[in-house]
Amino acid sequence: MNAIAPVGRSLAPFEARLDGIEDPIRHAAVGELRRVGLPGPRVEAWRYTHLRPLAGHEFREAAASFDADLVGRALDESLPRDGLLASTPRLVLVNGRFAPELSSPANGVALPEGVTFERFLASPEFDALATPEREPLVALNTALAVDGVCLSVAEGVAAGRIVLVSVAFAGDEAASFHPRHSVSLGAGASLELIELAVSSGSGAGAATYFHNPVLTCDVGEGAKLTHVKVQKEAAGATHLATVYANIATRGAYDSFTLGLGADLARHEVHARLSGAKAAVHVNGAQLLGEKQVGDITSVITHAAPDCISRQTIRNVLTDHARGVFQGKVHVHQIAQKTDGYQMNQALLLSPHAEIDAKPELEIYADDVKCSHGATVGALDDEQLFYLRSRGVPEAQARRILVEAFLLEVLDLHEDEAGRALLDTALGAALSLRIGRLQGAGQDAGEASE
Amino acid sequence: MSDFLNISGLHARIDADGAPKEILRGVDLIIAPGEVHAIMGPNGSGKSTLSYVLAGREDYEVTSGSVSFKGQDLLAMEPEERAAAGVFLAFQAPIELPGVNNANFLRTAVNAVRRARGDAELDAVAFLKTVRAATKKLSMSDEMLKRNVNVGFSGGEKKRNEVLQMTMLQPSLAILDETDSGLDVDALRIVADGVNALRSPTFSALVITHHQRLLDYLNPDRVHVMARGRIVHSGGAELAKEIDVQGYASFLAEAA
Repeated sequence: MNAIAPVGRSLAPFEARLDGIEDPIRHAAVGELRRVGLPGPRVEAWRYTHLRPLAGHEFREAAASFDADLVGRALDESLPRDGLLASTPRLVLVNGRFAPELSSPANGVALPEGVTFERFLASPEFDALATPEREPLVALNTALAVDGVCLSVAEGVAAGRIVLVSVAFAGDEAASFHPRHSVSLGAGASLELIELAVSSGSGAGAATYFHNPVLTCDVGEGAKLTHVKVQKEAAGATHLATVYANIATRGAYDSFTLGLGADLARHEVHARLSGAKAAVHVNGAQLLGEKQVGDITSVITHAAPDCISRQTIRNVLTDHARGVFQGKVHVHQIAQKTDGYQMNQALLLSPHAEIDAKPELEIYADDVKCSHGATVGALDDEQLFYLRSRGVPEAQARRILVEAFLLEVLDLHEDEAGRALLDTALGAALSLRIGRLQGAGQDAGEASE
Repeated sequence: MSDFLNISGLHARIDADGAPKEILRGVDLIIAPGEVHAIMGPNGSGKSTLSYVLAGREDYEVTSGSVSFKGQDLLAMEPEERAAAGVFLAFQAPIELPGVNNANFLRTAVNAVRRARGDAELDAVAFLKTVRAATKKLSMSDEMLKRNVNVGFSGGEKKRNEVLQMTMLQPSLAILDETDSGLDVDALRIVADGVNALRSPTFSALVITHHQRLLDYLNPDRVHVMARGRIVHSGGAELAKEIDVQGYASFLAEAA
């Protein structure tokens, strides 16, 4: 009997850890993985983002012990002690494991009243929002998840901000970690989740590790979850994240993702508008160089009438970097008066940079307003000349225009603390990829308020 | 003292859909320090091209001739070096910069130029003081500083924004490319006042215009008529009035 050639890629990088799993949900996930393998280029959802870099490694479970100094330094760099986020409640994971000594309340800031926090490790339960049978990377997470952060905000509680930090480092051997997070907001509750993924000890050589988080968000009636994510992991890292959001009547999931780091990164969002007048924003930006691949993928399901979805993504790609945007909007028949908008724009700063954009609209309702668009371009010569004719050196003029292109999408994010984090991370990335700003000139606008 | 600005035999062309098109065909012009010169002429005569070539726009290829500015070879300089040396072009159609805050833009430009000229940079407070004084003089609202550069500006606001940049950058040679077009009398007056405020023995201006009215306010030292890529006639301020009455026909015939 000839076996049918498997569609996917080999599970060899993880094989040793997939044996002997007994938990029924995890066992089913392993079965699914064995059936389909890791997604290959023939799987439509993975046509543009190839998992080739995972092959050839054998990913061990990431070490549980860590160098407190190095991790502390990475934390201070990302969340400066004098910054707005220093006094914000935080939850820190190191290589995918919750680190209570670095987190609230040990760091002197208690979690907000009305917020319940539990480690996934304490009682691993898999949220029904996730669909490992459809997303192999979520199946992998389901099989291998050890720890994670489970937050729930009680009805009517305005919980303010919580920072969720992942600090990762590479040991001598390739390692992976698969944290499993969940956030649940009761009716009328609100939370701003600020997620940060960084590497420690970067600069000491390329890190080979694989970060594979899954986050499920259950947004209750009239509740609002704001989610900002900054991913600036080191070269050599692979970051493949999946977020599921279910949004009830009049609820809102307002998200922004900024992709700057890792060799290979994907931020995949599945959002379901399940109650009338709910809203979802999946906005984001990527600034990539060298041979980085950054992918933002979204599947937005309008399953109720009068809902709004908004996606604005901007990519700046230099060197040989490649950006991917896949956005699917699925409007059920019941979802009349849907208002959907999707726009992906890319600035290519090198002849070798590439953007792949795939919008998909699947609409079964007849009274909807859905638009989508994509633009690709280089920096505008007239704008460059205008700046230079005012005395601004060419390199600085380029940076100003690139920054402006990205700031326009960052402006969609309104929370001050989240915005400060985005600005700092973007500023550093611009200096790295585009060139440093000469002199000051950044605070004149604020001073003129 | 004729080497403040000395344009000699300047030829320039642009690539028009693959075929080079010669636009400047031997421009000769000398401007002394402290003088205001006007260039008038029919559409397509090369006036804007001359202004772009002087400011350093790369789409134009200079095929022969020379431009010296304060003894330096202007054509060998990058646009930003020309700005630092004192050249300022007020654009006929000012460019919009979405996402770039007008105040930040101005401060970046002012400090880039100051740095290049060896002056200390202005901090936020000193800058705001200077810029507020300038906007007041130009009857501009400070609100324009908070908006993005030229985005959503009316035609008049864009031109005033150019004059604001000129005021802040303190050029020694200002080239105004039809800065008066589309302006009402009040706005015209503001543009003229902006130029007149800079007038000094070390400031010169080259004013491209179709209208005599701006020149009434500026009272130029010399007026030139440009046609088919050359300066075909020069005279005093009275020439502008002549053109206003007679049009260009007689000068074109002269040039042919």
